[in-house]
Amino acid sequence: MTAIVLPVIGDPGGMEASLRRIGALVRRYLYLIKSSWLRSLEIVYWPFLQMVMWGFLQRYLANSTGAIAGGLLIGAVLLWDIQFRSQIGFSVGFLEEMWSRNLGQLLTSPLRPNELVAALSIMSLMRLAIAMVPVTAAAYLFFGFNLFGLGAVLAAFFAVLVLTGWALALFSSGIILRYGLGAEELSWSLGFILLPLACVYYPVAVLPGWLQPIALALPSTHVFEGMRSILLHNTFDAGELVWALALNAVYLLAAYASFRYFLRSARVNGALLQLGE
Amino acid sequence: MRDNLAKCGSEGLSGEAAAAFPVAVRDLTKVYGAVTAVDRISFVIEPGTTVALLGGNGAGKTTTISMLLGLVVPTAGEVRVFGADVSRDRYQVAHRMNFQSPYVDMPMRLTVRQNLTVYAGLYGIANVTERVAYIAGDLQITALLDRRTGKLSAGQKTRVGLAKALLNAPELLLLDEPTASLDPDTADWIRQKLQAYGRERGATILLASHNMAEVERLAHRVIVLEAGRIVEDGPPKQLLKAYGRQTLEEVFLQIARRNDMGRHAAAIAAVETGTEPPP
Repeated sequence: MTAIVLPVIGDPGGMEASLRRIGALVRRYLYLIKSSWLRSLEIVYWPFLQMVMWGFLQRYLANSTGAIAGGLLIGAVLLWDIQFRSQIGFSVGFLEEMWSRNLGQLLTSPLRPNELVAALSIMSLMRLAIAMVPVTAAAYLFFGFNLFGLGAVLAAFFAVLVLTGWALALFSSGIILRYGLGAEELSWSLGFILLPLACVYYPVAVLPGWLQPIALALPSTHVFEGMRSILLHNTFDAGELVWALALNAVYLLAAYASFRYFLRSARVNGALLQLGE
Repeated sequence: MRDNLAKCGSEGLSGEAAAAFPVAVRDLTKVYGAVTAVDRISFVIEPGTTVALLGGNGAGKTTTISMLLGLVVPTAGEVRVFGADVSRDRYQVAHRMNFQSPYVDMPMRLTVRQNLTVYAGLYGIANVTERVAYIAGDLQITALLDRRTGKLSAGQKTRVGLAKALLNAPELLLLDEPTASLDPDTADWIRQKLQAYGRERGATILLASHNMAEVERLAHRVIVLEAGRIVEDGPPKQLLKAYGRQTLEEVFLQIARRNDMGRHAAAIAAVETGTEPPP
């Protein structure tokens, strides 16, 4: 007869337990990536495609007009992809729970909402690393553009863009939580709605005067302005970066508050019982 | 109707006496727009008992269980699990409970072992490998451990769902239609397992079901819901006697089809006074 093996459960309130729960969820997303080579390929495929397309366009423009200097286009594409991939990496993890009707199980387990957010953020970083490392290397090999040439400030750019992506993802995930998968499109499109205002491919000065303060209220706008400043003039205003990080803090807090609000609202409206289309 | 909230003592649900009960509910109400899904229900559940929530579609069973799980916030009233107010302090007791429902799934692309490993982590289980192996053996799913969850039959998925629900050896197990859409053999097997679990673990089980035979077999007590209200509450034998019926199914049909509440009240009074129930 088999001996009974009872579960050994520690204090559910401690940091160790919290890390265990976050780790369990991260493991769940890694299992998912591992379960399908197509999913793994997809993580690299789109950013690679983007980089190649814009790289060739830049080469063409540089040869024909000489106006595009220092890898501005390809640099913008790579940095924009950092924000987009961090947002999608977070959102897709969340959507996986909706698609698999697993969210009800998660939300009745001891997993806290902040632990769910932490696990999704960790997975977003992992997906980003899987996507961007080979693509950044390819940009150097194919087009001679070295993203690391931006110097130490790249780490700060990276942080601003990732945090912006997470804020957008948190907000869209909250809406999906409340309104169901009918609002799924928001996950894919929200970043693009802000694309013109983030001034990815042109300077803020190009925008009409009344639109410029709005553009500058986005953290990522400061990154793209900073990138152009470094590539064109080899200078960079660190104050802009501080401002961008401060904006990040505000948006992240607001996005997390909205996520919690929508979660609460979903519990009040019974939406968690009807997750799906 | 008996109001067993008196067992919680003078301090009500927030007192120490109430903490002894795995479930204590008072005036619990859930309103969705113009629809009252659950209408001021009150009950406590004794430790180690199996209680069935019976009722037709839309009677409020799933909503009640969802409020116990914290998936739905009550409009009014109070719901406590092991003394913790679920609306505010669910995380104090979440590791002591678990649930299974055909209305939720586990990730289909993950193998059974991967799913159980993830949930073991979420429930804070340290001896994951040993516990998963044990529970798989106990529920006869060892051969399924490395198969994708999405490739399993309905019966296999139910067993895997039950394995997930029993991973943390919960003191309170909530089950929503645990044998829905299963063949009689598999359903019977599941019932045996639940019965054995409740007995051996001393666990409290609350199950919502449409299956009267299942309820008769498993439940020490039946709470019948109709339009969100408790219309009966007692041991199955007491209900059978009160209605002068042979099976719970007959009782259920009588309750569902009646429109004479006076007769219902008379039936209960007959049991309480020991007189003959009305025909």
